[in-house]
Amino acid sequence: MAHAANGVWVVLQQREGRLHRMSREAIAAGGRLAGVIGGRAEAVLLGSGMGELAREVAGLDVAAVHVADAPALAGYTPGAYVGALAPAIRQAAPAYVVFPHTYQTVDYLARLAQETGSALLPEVTGFDETPEGLLWRRPVLGGKLHSKVRVKGGGTVLVSVQSGAFQAGGTAAAPAAGSAEVRALPGELSTLRPDREILEVEEVAGAVDLTKAEVIVAVGRGIGGPDKLGPVHELAKALGAEIGASRPVIDNEWLPRDRQIGSSGQTVAPKLYLALGISGAIQHTVGMKGSGTVVAVNKDPNAPIFNLADYGIVADVHELIPALTAAVKAAKAT
Amino acid sequence: MRIAVCIKQVPDTEARLRVGKDGRWIAEEDLPFRINESDEYALEEGLTLAEARGGEVVVFSLGPERVKEALRKALALGAARAVHLRDEAFLGGDALATGKALAKAIAREGFDLVLTGSQSDDVGYGGTGSVVAGHLGWPHAWLVMGVEIEDGGTVKVKREMESGLNEIFRTRLPAVLEIQAGINHPRYASLKGIMQAKKKPLDEVGPGDLGLDPAEVGAAGSRLEIVSVAFPETGAGAQRIEAPPAEAARILVEKLQQEARVL
Repeated sequence: MAHAANGVWVVLQQREGRLHRMSREAIAAGGRLAGVIGGRAEAVLLGSGMGELAREVAGLDVAAVHVADAPALAGYTPGAYVGALAPAIRQAAPAYVVFPHTYQTVDYLARLAQETGSALLPEVTGFDETPEGLLWRRPVLGGKLHSKVRVKGGGTVLVSVQSGAFQAGGTAAAPAAGSAEVRALPGELSTLRPDREILEVEEVAGAVDLTKAEVIVAVGRGIGGPDKLGPVHELAKALGAEIGASRPVIDNEWLPRDRQIGSSGQTVAPKLYLALGISGAIQHTVGMKGSGTVVAVNKDPNAPIFNLADYGIVADVHELIPALTAAVKAAKAT
Repeated sequence: MRIAVCIKQVPDTEARLRVGKDGRWIAEEDLPFRINESDEYALEEGLTLAEARGGEVVVFSLGPERVKEALRKALALGAARAVHLRDEAFLGGDALATGKALAKAIAREGFDLVLTGSQSDDVGYGGTGSVVAGHLGWPHAWLVMGVEIEDGGTVKVKREMESGLNEIFRTRLPAVLEIQAGINHPRYASLKGIMQAKKKPLDEVGPGDLGLDPAEVGAAGSRLEIVSVAFPETGAGAQRIEAPPAEAARILVEKLQQEARVL
């Protein structure tokens, strides 16, 4: 394993023996990256009792599966995860280690980079090959702009890939199940120590299940305040819609947390999604971009929400909402 | 309880942004700046804990001269002192370089807890606090939605997970907690607070004060370099309906019925 910096590793996220959906996107990203630098991506799996899942991963598009299987890795803690990954990364020195950009990954990725002397490249949405090497794309300023980023210096680069940036599965037929070699991740696992005592996992989401709604009227910071929600309720009633919201609305307690759509809230895919006063930060759009038809209303013509909307109106939401309610009622009356 | 709070001053992303002349970042002249949103919550959490348990908050920030405005605001809100990592060499750092400099500044004093926001609203690397923890050898947690200090040198932390779940766990102090927006209700500065802030100490430190070589911090000490920024292409974006509100609403409903067939 002591070659020069080489290869691409993909660290998969699992919980209770099931892969996080973004793990497959990370494999797709790793595969594309391996195609550029040569070779095939190798998967890394951490947990306890991973035998069955390791066999499942061996059937995915990876050249090998490195498994760290230890009781200390039964639940996620940054101490045990960094403790398992850091020595292996230092020893094998892969050129890139790819992670799904999840809350769990962000929780330990910077620490792992610091521990291994790796570059830390979070939340990428793509990369381009240029004569000067790879240029990575990642959102900045709340997704209002995209940046292109170069990694300086040598050594391993830890990359987390944003949801939806790399399509899982691809076009290539999956190799026969179990075709990749499963082996132990190098390093001593018996000394691993979780640095957190997990007490409980609580559910935040309450009674409202937005995933079943066919029409959602979602409001963002641009709505201005809880006293401005009356016309929104009227519009929702006219459309037979559920009301949803982006994070700032929830944080300000203008609406209860079970109305939140996005990475911290619910993931929805209604037939019709109206985004009112929502700028379109990636934390919100990951939760709604599977919607059928998206309408965006925002006073900022450069709001990123317009890029994924089907219909866009640049307007003051307070003027447009009552007008829209009237138009919907008029249309239904005829 | 001595609490360090790291804050960042960022451009107000609600403002009209444009790309700067060199294309590498936005034009910052005439742009309003503010304390990064999740850092405001971190500061409030620190102030609340110090008030409840006794002790003080020392606020740290790295950046150019304008950052003093953010530090003065933190002092007006109730922080006892401020430390400004103020040197050209500190600027343009990634999470690893900035975290290292902040850790060195924090390590010069004894703290029981370090708080910071979970992610900056500008570059958004989301890792600076974790790097601080790494250098100090302390546990950390990211996206923290609850902090409960316990007797016996431990803290109960609520961390946000995906899909509407929170994880509650215990870890030891001192620790670095990276606070998520929405954890509390940040206060407003009082007139009295603003007057008092003028007399509170605000110290400047440079790399030399922290035993750091200028080459290991800021842009020089970073592994990432932003080559360009741009607004996303809008070509494939929305079909724009340009009309006064009532007319725009009528056209939209028509299109939703006849084109999209969703009404």
